[in-house]
Amino acid sequence: MSLSIPAPLEAELDELVTRYPQKRSASLMFLHTLQEHFGYVSPEAVEWTAAKLGLAPINVFELVTFYPMFRQEPLGKTHIKVCRTLSCALAGASDLRKHFCEKLGLDAKAHVPQTTPDGNFTVEFVECLAACGSAPVVLVNDTLCEKVDASKADSILAEGKSGGAQLRAAGTLSK
Amino acid sequence: MPQEYRLILKHADQTGYTPDIECYLRHGGYEALRKALATTSRELPDGKKQSPQEVIRDEVLKSGLRGRGGAGFSCGLKWSFVDRRSGKPIYLICNADESEPGTFKDRQILHKDPHQLIEGMIISCWANDVKLAYIYVRGEFPQAARIINQALKEARAKGFLGKNILGTGVDLEIHLHRGAGAYICGEETGLIESLEGKRPYPRIKPPYFPAVLGLYMCPTIVNNVETLCAVRHIVSMGAGEYAKLGTVNNTGTRIISLSGDVKRPGYYEVEVGKATLGELIHHENFGQGLRPGRSIRAIIPGGSSSKVLKAGERFKLKRKGADGQMTTVEVDLLDLPYDFDSLQAAGTMSGSGAIIVLDDTRNPVDVLANVSEFYAHESCGQCTPCREGALWMSKALHRLTHGEGRKSDADYLLHIAQNIQGRTICAFGEAAAWPTLSFVKKFKAEFEARGAADEAHPGKPPASH
Repeated sequence: MSLSIPAPLEAELDELVTRYPQKRSASLMFLHTLQEHFGYVSPEAVEWTAAKLGLAPINVFELVTFYPMFRQEPLGKTHIKVCRTLSCALAGASDLRKHFCEKLGLDAKAHVPQTTPDGNFTVEFVECLAACGSAPVVLVNDTLCEKVDASKADSILAEGKSGGAQLRAAGTLSK
Repeated sequence: MPQEYRLILKHADQTGYTPDIECYLRHGGYEALRKALATTSRELPDGKKQSPQEVIRDEVLKSGLRGRGGAGFSCGLKWSFVDRRSGKPIYLICNADESEPGTFKDRQILHKDPHQLIEGMIISCWANDVKLAYIYVRGEFPQAARIINQALKEARAKGFLGKNILGTGVDLEIHLHRGAGAYICGEETGLIESLEGKRPYPRIKPPYFPAVLGLYMCPTIVNNVETLCAVRHIVSMGAGEYAKLGTVNNTGTRIISLSGDVKRPGYYEVEVGKATLGELIHHENFGQGLRPGRSIRAIIPGGSSSKVLKAGERFKLKRKGADGQMTTVEVDLLDLPYDFDSLQAAGTMSGSGAIIVLDDTRNPVDVLANVSEFYAHESCGQCTPCREGALWMSKALHRLTHGEGRKSDADYLLHIAQNIQGRTICAFGEAAAWPTLSFVKKFKAEFEARGAADEAHPGKPPASH
């Protein structure tokens, strides 16, 4: 499968390169932009980025494997990141994650990101989201949801099932 | 009566205050920048001349401003280390990678008052002859990234950024750069590697002090969001007035992030050292105490890397009396003034200003297990003691919290932690070791009891869990 980059996206990426004295610096912003467009970072996206920035593919691939936010396969349309770090844990993050998993028929004990078979939801435990004063918090796509109890969790799921217009990533961030 | 003193967050939560530039300008925005650019050179009593830029740098030094990211190092001194004779460009990076667990203060500035940060950055860049700067925003802040991008666009359109800013003949550009979920990017040399498009493996110091060999091996300043906002206020009100806020050697204001077992968690901006740890937790203007029937078991005083303080601990502090004589006073944990030096004297740190309160329903073994899992996940893997040790500690704590612990695990944890600290390239080693060292030492009976209970009933999870 070859990568098809629409002209406006390529223009956006070209502009990103101009922000840095050295092209390699743009690689993280490239990966964010490509992931937002395609939903994940494919091997083709890695090769394309490397060629564009004059790097060996391994220089880009090692970023995808290191930084937790980059993913190599498509995830659910509604991506639920439940913070598991201390303040959220004290406020019941563990039960919250279990609630999401049980409602979606996912394994509440598995510790890796899990996606529903219909591809609508992914539930994941992540580290501190820096909103500890309103724990427990959940990042749903790009939207931070605070003080999430069972009923708020259910509305997040209902929103996701109805197409999740408000929760869908609102376009690319680099513009 | 201890109360908030809102300097940086003055407008942030006011009704109708929006993050756009027009609103900022209506509230006196970019006036400090105009004042900075109008600074004239001055002659010192010893006959030496200071350029306008040197005057601003001198003001920041005299203000006593200490970095708000975690280390609490003098901002003016940090700037003074910059190699200005190398002939290479000087870069400035705003560290907006806020990721120390418990900390959520920079988020407020980025979301609610982005132009204040940008103004602080422009002043800092101008004072340090910086022509290109970056705001490194953590990946988990997608909304903040959008807001900052919009704010940068607005600042460019108004002529505060770009070519010949405000007709001064000075060019300056600031760009947004996004991280992607790695805690280690908050370490300044790791951040620099990440900005160069690499894995964020921290660099060894010496020789890679950012002030000399930073971004692209050029002199580089890395400052926290709140620190750069403070620069704007120092210029606006003057170093002398700023230094009157707070206490001796702990000047200005600080935004405290309070979370955990308090009735009213939240962010509170206070004059540094004017409120005690106990007041921040119990006073009606701040945390409003614990839930009914609960008492404090422990306090993590400066982000999850800081050493835990146990309820009832007492500390000796040196205080200057009215007669100028230094005396030593013994204070309870809750009477510690919340400032850099008092927390250090108590064997811990105020770090990023994040207080996490643990009440008597919390078991220290469970708490440390959670903290330890964070560090095991976030170690970058470059240095063996940290990569392996953080994982070993997390594994031992996992078994202690899953009914498979041993009585000897307490000593085992201490042994590992002692062999991480001081043996790594960056301070992450200490950050991973300190929680274990302090929790296990101060709550050893709890750790041993948990292990002993598991040995008596192998495989059976403890009743309290």
